[in-house]
Amino acid sequence: MIEFRHVAKTYEDGTVAVGDLSLVAPSGEITVLVGSSGCGKTTLLRMVNRLVSPTSGQVLIDDTDVADRNAVELRRSIGYVMQNSGLLPHRTVVDNIATVPVLRGTPVAEARERALELMTTVGLDPAQARRYPWQLSGGQQQRVGVARGLASDPNILLMDEPFGAVDPIVRADLQRELVRLQAELHKTILFVTHDIAEAIALGDRIVILATGGRIAQQGTPTEIMTEPADDFVAQFLGLDSGRALRVDGQLVVDQTGRPVGRLT
Amino acid sequence: MNYLVQAWQWLLDPANASGPNGIGARTLEHLSYTLVATAIACLVGIPVGYAIGHAHRGRTVVVASTGAARALPTLGVVTLFGLAFGIGLTAPMVAFVLLALPSVLAGAYSGIEGVPADVVDAARAMGMTEWQILVRVEVPLGLPLLLGGIRSSALQVLATATLAAYVGAGGLGRFLFLGLKTQNYPMMLAASIVVVGLAIGAELTFELVDRLARRGLPTGRAGLASSVVGT
Repeated sequence: MIEFRHVAKTYEDGTVAVGDLSLVAPSGEITVLVGSSGCGKTTLLRMVNRLVSPTSGQVLIDDTDVADRNAVELRRSIGYVMQNSGLLPHRTVVDNIATVPVLRGTPVAEARERALELMTTVGLDPAQARRYPWQLSGGQQQRVGVARGLASDPNILLMDEPFGAVDPIVRADLQRELVRLQAELHKTILFVTHDIAEAIALGDRIVILATGGRIAQQGTPTEIMTEPADDFVAQFLGLDSGRALRVDGQLVVDQTGRPVGRLT
Repeated sequence: MNYLVQAWQWLLDPANASGPNGIGARTLEHLSYTLVATAIACLVGIPVGYAIGHAHRGRTVVVASTGAARALPTLGVVTLFGLAFGIGLTAPMVAFVLLALPSVLAGAYSGIEGVPADVVDAARAMGMTEWQILVRVEVPLGLPLLLGGIRSSALQVLATATLAAYVGAGGLGRFLFLGLKTQNYPMMLAASIVVVGLAIGAELTFELVDRLARRGLPTGRAGLASSVVGT
């Protein structure tokens, strides 16, 4: 369980990224932080592994304040997946995946063996183990990023817009994979995105953030869709336009009558 | 043309080749000055450059001071330090290190600075210590630029090390200054040919090392463009 207790972050230039926010991300669930740029979602995520220190307040993992833990040890115990994969360009795929276990002292041969297994888990062909990141497609790089995040079998996985830079078809593919993986692994996942559709597709719980790190609404996708807290949330969900759907025969159409889906 | 033939004959004359004042000994001297000056520049420049590149601080000071150092006329520096330290190797060596330092420093810090921010960020998020980020990520990725800087330094010193003889410290410049005084132009030309030959040989060696260091590295990403620093 990850708990934010009255956290605030003001950057040196006076920008308030997060005002005063309290939030619980329950164990074994995907909690999605969603909001437009400048809502402090990435700042919140990075507080968990101490890449950012809150100006005030506490971040707790299983009731231990992360500030009391050694930053390096803490980061090695938490999986991290970022937007542009952040893979080390001078290391092969298998060595990239094995990074954290090797840092934690696992013998290289053993870490590589486990990395090969993980490649299969995230849907990569182990034949690509000896390639370099730049030889892979964007989608494959993100899969490697996910495998690296999982390599030391962490309880917590932080994902910062991990599928933001790939095309829509690959993104949908990666989202399905993540749901499948989570059904097996039951990690505590904190997932940041600006894409509400992605939030709804992945989140057990969704936290909608407004500018300045204020929580506009949180709840399950169904709760949020059924009862949007205010106009901001309704607009963010697209309930006033894109998602205001009606049924026309077998087709589901939007307000302007354009088909968006079919009843089956 | 006549001088060129005479210079060639001078080079091939066994009497000029060996002995403490022969071409062989002077060439070795010349090479060792280059090697020592470049090595000292590396010992000073690489740690300082890495510190600046990693911390992203102090860059302005270094750019300004290396810019100034580059503008120094080496002959002037040799003379100046020659007056202070007297005849011998100290003055030219100080001048050569000053000559070599800017390129090494620039190669070291620009190599580190050129590593994409998201790669460093990811390494930190994985739980690498600052030292591990430097040694396992920034240094290997910055290596091509560092090698470019060292290469440029070594070639500059190699070409300038003839000035050591100006304060009586030997090297291939000995033949140049001696030839100038005795109007032995074939000897001057011969020594120049040797210096040019050494420079070309060094350039080829660095090219080889550079290619080996680049093997398997990405060409498009990570700031590993083939630009040579400091030329």
